[in-house]
Amino acid sequence: MSAPAATRLFGWQRGRPVRVAVDGVPLFAHEGEMLAAVLLAAGVVRLRSSPLDHAPRGAFCLMGLCQECLVRIDGVTRQACLVPVLDGLKVQLVAPYEQTP
Amino acid sequence: MSRAFDLIVIGAGPAGGAAALAAARHGLSVGLIDEAAAAGGQIYRAPAPGMVMLSGKRDDDANAGDELRAALAASRVQAFYSHRVWTVARGFQVDAAGEDGHHSFCAPRVIAANGGHERLVPFPGWTLPGVIGLAAATILMKSQGMMPGGRVVVAGCGPLLMAVAAKIVSGGGDLVAVVDLAGPSDWISALPGLVRRCGLLRRGLGWILAIGKARVPIYFRHGVRAAEGSDRVARVVIGPVDRAGAPVVGSEKVFDVDMLVIGHGLVASSEVPRLLRAGMTYDRLLGGWVPDVDPCGRTSVEGLFAIGDGAGIRGAEPAAIAGAIAGLAAARDAGRIEAGAFDTSMTVFGRKRRSYHAFASAIGGLMALRPAQVAAIAPDTVVCRCEDVTRASIDAAARDGAADVNQLKHFTRCGMGPCQGRMCGDVAAELLARARSVPRQSVGYWTGRPPLRPLPLQDLVGTFSYSDIPIPSPAPL
Repeated sequence: MSAPAATRLFGWQRGRPVRVAVDGVPLFAHEGEMLAAVLLAAGVVRLRSSPLDHAPRGAFCLMGLCQECLVRIDGVTRQACLVPVLDGLKVQLVAPYEQTP
Repeated sequence: MSRAFDLIVIGAGPAGGAAALAAARHGLSVGLIDEAAAAGGQIYRAPAPGMVMLSGKRDDDANAGDELRAALAASRVQAFYSHRVWTVARGFQVDAAGEDGHHSFCAPRVIAANGGHERLVPFPGWTLPGVIGLAAATILMKSQGMMPGGRVVVAGCGPLLMAVAAKIVSGGGDLVAVVDLAGPSDWISALPGLVRRCGLLRRGLGWILAIGKARVPIYFRHGVRAAEGSDRVARVVIGPVDRAGAPVVGSEKVFDVDMLVIGHGLVASSEVPRLLRAGMTYDRLLGGWVPDVDPCGRTSVEGLFAIGDGAGIRGAEPAAIAGAIAGLAAARDAGRIEAGAFDTSMTVFGRKRRSYHAFASAIGGLMALRPAQVAAIAPDTVVCRCEDVTRASIDAAARDGAADVNQLKHFTRCGMGPCQGRMCGDVAAELLARARSVPRQSVGYWTGRPPLRPLPLQDLVGTFSYSDIPIPSPAPL
């Protein structure tokens, strides 16, 4: 984990506080927030590696197009920018476990 | 089982929302499908469910979005939000994946209102985590109540650049610098077109004033040379560019950052017309390949309309007018409006639309792809981020005989990855045309194919148990 890449603004009413786990590490979030934004705010910026160069990749378009924010939830590949967080959500980062060197 | 409608509208942004409302008002049964949890598209994007902005200044987009959502809720339009359309067959059948599995819709008419998406002209490090699009930054701010950064550099071109920078400043973000490919003279030469819409021009000047007041330096006629960092972006190097967008010799500056927000204009999302093999035309000012449409938005495929930014980048207000026109035309095609009443409405809308034209082309000029900027991409820079295809590989494929972008895809895998060529397509085609010394039109566009967007097989199959599967009794031996 490193410095946040997004900061929650004051003056917003948010969902109730919840916890999500990213590769077992608990992160703080609010119910209904976009998973990709929660990860940025927690400083989890690198999400995966590119298939050939194994270069670091992370969320880029946040609108469901670029497929750079892919994570695994319940064994299914999901775009983190399309997933609203719920309490107890378990997220696994795809990289580097599932990519052959 | 499929639900039948008189009209299906794909995309609930300003164009699709207006089209659905207009058609429903004239008695058509309308199904409106959108991937997001609420209507609004990207420009009028709603705060995420359960989130409300309590203080701070609401902008015009937030108000327009709330009006659109209220109008749709009060209308007879049947909305299917959180549904991802993955294919459209002629006739038409529209297939979508929702939270509860797969849904089919059918209608004799379809309006495609798929909006636009960001273009990025690659530079070393543009694939690093922490480099996000300008539109991505607006989504963080509008729907998540979050500010990008830490320390941020905002770069690129077009009105979105200044809008994002001003929004970061007014939200108290740590904006280090604004880097604009355009120079003040480019903005001034666009002025005659821009003054046609005083309200928006005032808003634009307000953005620049807000940035200046916060003492954030604006580097005009500069571009990002490189983003550097190991696991995420840590530094941004900028340098001067010429009028055409190509880097020129001059002093470079380095900024330490937590995030780089960057975009080089918008590309029209024309996947539905492409999928159905509608006629297309290349128009640089309108954001690339756009479907051929008549004044009502009808494409060359009978019953298929294309409107809004997906039919050419013009912005939200022209999109809403195009939507209202297409909705009326769909009702007219269905025989629900008399010719006289239709013509009267069309005259009014036509006049309104013409008043936006000059503005849209001035903005289009500021956001269009700059060929000199593409020409300057270094050979080892990744162009297709899904498949790690570099410019050198694209040039090599051109030498080996790849004559259009679909051949380029076969040769190199460029555009074959999960984003389906959305991020690299415009630039890859430009590079191929340049390498072959042919006009851009002649290298074509990616063929549209299902699925329109990738989706997990599980979302198609839905949840079921084996007892739900009908098993026919075996034939007698």
